[in-house]
Amino acid sequence: MPERFATITSRTLVLPQANIDTDQIIPARFLTTTSREGLGAAAFYDWRYDADGGALDGAALNTLDPTEHRVLVAGDNFACGSSREHAPWALLDYGFRAVISTSIADIFSSNALKNGLLPVVVDDATHQRLLADPGGRVTIDLERCELSVGNEPPVAFTVEPFARRCLLEGVDTMGWLIERLPAIEAFETRTA
Amino acid sequence: MPSRPSTLFDKIWDAHVVQAETADAPAILYVDLHLVHEVTSPQAFTELDRSGLKVRRPERTYATLDHSTPTLPPNANGERPYASTAAAAQVDALRDNCTRHGIRLADWDSADRGVVHVMAPELGLTQPGMVVVCGDSHTATHGAFGALAFGIGTSEVGHVLATQCLLQRKPKQMRVTVHGQLQPGVAAKDLTLAVIGRIGFGGGSGFVIEYAGEAIRALDMEGRMTLCNMSIEAGARAGMVAADEKTVAFLRGRRYAPPSETFEAEAAKWLTFTTDDGARFDAEIELDASSIAPMATFGTTPDASIAIGATTPTPRTDSERQALDYMGFKANTPTAGHAVDVVFVGSCTNGRISDLRDAAAVLRGRQVKPGVRMLVVPGSEAVKRQAEAEGLDRVFIDAGAEWRLPGCSMCIAMNGDFVGPGQLAVSTSNRNFEGRQGKGARTILASPATAAASAIAGALTDPRTYARESVDA
Repeated sequence: MPERFATITSRTLVLPQANIDTDQIIPARFLTTTSREGLGAAAFYDWRYDADGGALDGAALNTLDPTEHRVLVAGDNFACGSSREHAPWALLDYGFRAVISTSIADIFSSNALKNGLLPVVVDDATHQRLLADPGGRVTIDLERCELSVGNEPPVAFTVEPFARRCLLEGVDTMGWLIERLPAIEAFETRTA
Repeated sequence: MPSRPSTLFDKIWDAHVVQAETADAPAILYVDLHLVHEVTSPQAFTELDRSGLKVRRPERTYATLDHSTPTLPPNANGERPYASTAAAAQVDALRDNCTRHGIRLADWDSADRGVVHVMAPELGLTQPGMVVVCGDSHTATHGAFGALAFGIGTSEVGHVLATQCLLQRKPKQMRVTVHGQLQPGVAAKDLTLAVIGRIGFGGGSGFVIEYAGEAIRALDMEGRMTLCNMSIEAGARAGMVAADEKTVAFLRGRRYAPPSETFEAEAAKWLTFTTDDGARFDAEIELDASSIAPMATFGTTPDASIAIGATTPTPRTDSERQALDYMGFKANTPTAGHAVDVVFVGSCTNGRISDLRDAAAVLRGRQVKPGVRMLVVPGSEAVKRQAEAEGLDRVFIDAGAEWRLPGCSMCIAMNGDFVGPGQLAVSTSNRNFEGRQGKGARTILASPATAAASAIAGALTDPRTYARESVDA
């Protein structure tokens, strides 16, 4: 069950590239694991390390403090590609709690929400403001569904209501489905 | 009163809603077929065990080994050349989970084993009107059978294992109508790349796509699978083609298809899953098939494709400029002519028997250019057997290509098969992302015939070049 999410205030890490796919977030060779734990070490691995495993100097991800930078701001169409849930697992393990973009891929968003990583979709103007201020401070309030950047008026965002409730109240989705097994059994009887 | 005209998608969705969606909660959607493989399932089984839950409908669940599996045979001691001990442990974990939960597994010793989206249709597991899911984004492949099929994450794999259901919001619907006919020498893969180029990489996000029109009806089942397979590369969760007589003919006699006594009655039901005249879509896109030539990608997203021989466009954004740089291509210059290092024929997109026949038809009597490595990986054990029965393996081997065991192989490069740093590959797989085929690898997506032609020439080549030579000779 994911950690509850209410409000976070954090500095941003900005990766402005469009179409960052889940193969970048965690390359496939790190998927030979049977655990959800410890994948932060592989997050954006090929963007952080050279062929010999040496840390790349200019890599934004190597300069951040994961305890301070808990919000990732990425270019358009973030996390497209594979359905690997290892992508949100890696980002969470690295320290992120939210990702912001103008569009975020369907399967990734679904996977992220189930693990307590909040996908926040914003308009172009807000996005441009965030891209222009790497390391800037943002506040994400899931209760109000508002994003605040600096002293500007807060911007509203939407989150699928059930996923929002699960995050705010710590509802276990599996448990919620299990409670509805009688309805599922009735469906099977009806359609058999 | 006649009901409102509905779409193929609406009919399947409505037939599977256990509990309708409300403002507060998504729909509970029933899953007919759950396909499982070693990479996206172990954490789901762990969660099940931790919660003391059982697999609720093991008979609706089917597992195979494909992503982490070596494509080279075992050594004299019977040891398989896994890329790592972790890869071997992942396969062992799936075997153990399937044994404990009573799930059928196409294991190493099974004649049914194969890439999940190749083997399930072969076995007749995928049928029209079904909801099919798998922890793999290319599950969209099964939509070729008039099924609603989409990829899910590992948490959702757990939900389906425990309840046979998923929580889903109803997506928007897009219809892509392809008029006219494909020119000779133009394949389903070329059509797919043209469609994705038209919709755009993220343009299908939030949509399920139904493919319709004369060119779609003219595709065989393999071609429809190639097309639906890559729906995710336009951001769509699913692609589908309504069932017709070709679908029925493909499924007749397959092991898990309805038995002969009930088959015709079931097939009649399948054919009712079609879009009614007048049904509304949230978006409509139309293409003319006759304008499509053999295609190849030039960037690092699957929507960045052009006709082979055409010139690359001028980049509009930094991301597009970086993609061209990564590929080693220049703007306003043909992609052909660059020396190709690797050619890969295989994957859930193009690892079927018709794909191998297409590649072999170009290669027959010719040679892979020295210095080019060509890997041919059948999509399943059944494809491998069929290819060997037809002598296609000899065509590949005689041409200088490597003939391997079935698996995902160089498509995802997690089994030890990969393209080296900086090397340029022509690949029949589905993704050209940076490093997708190996760290630093550069990928051109193309059809099996184009891949074979490029292996011969040692550079990206229109397959019709060799077809014409054959006719002249």
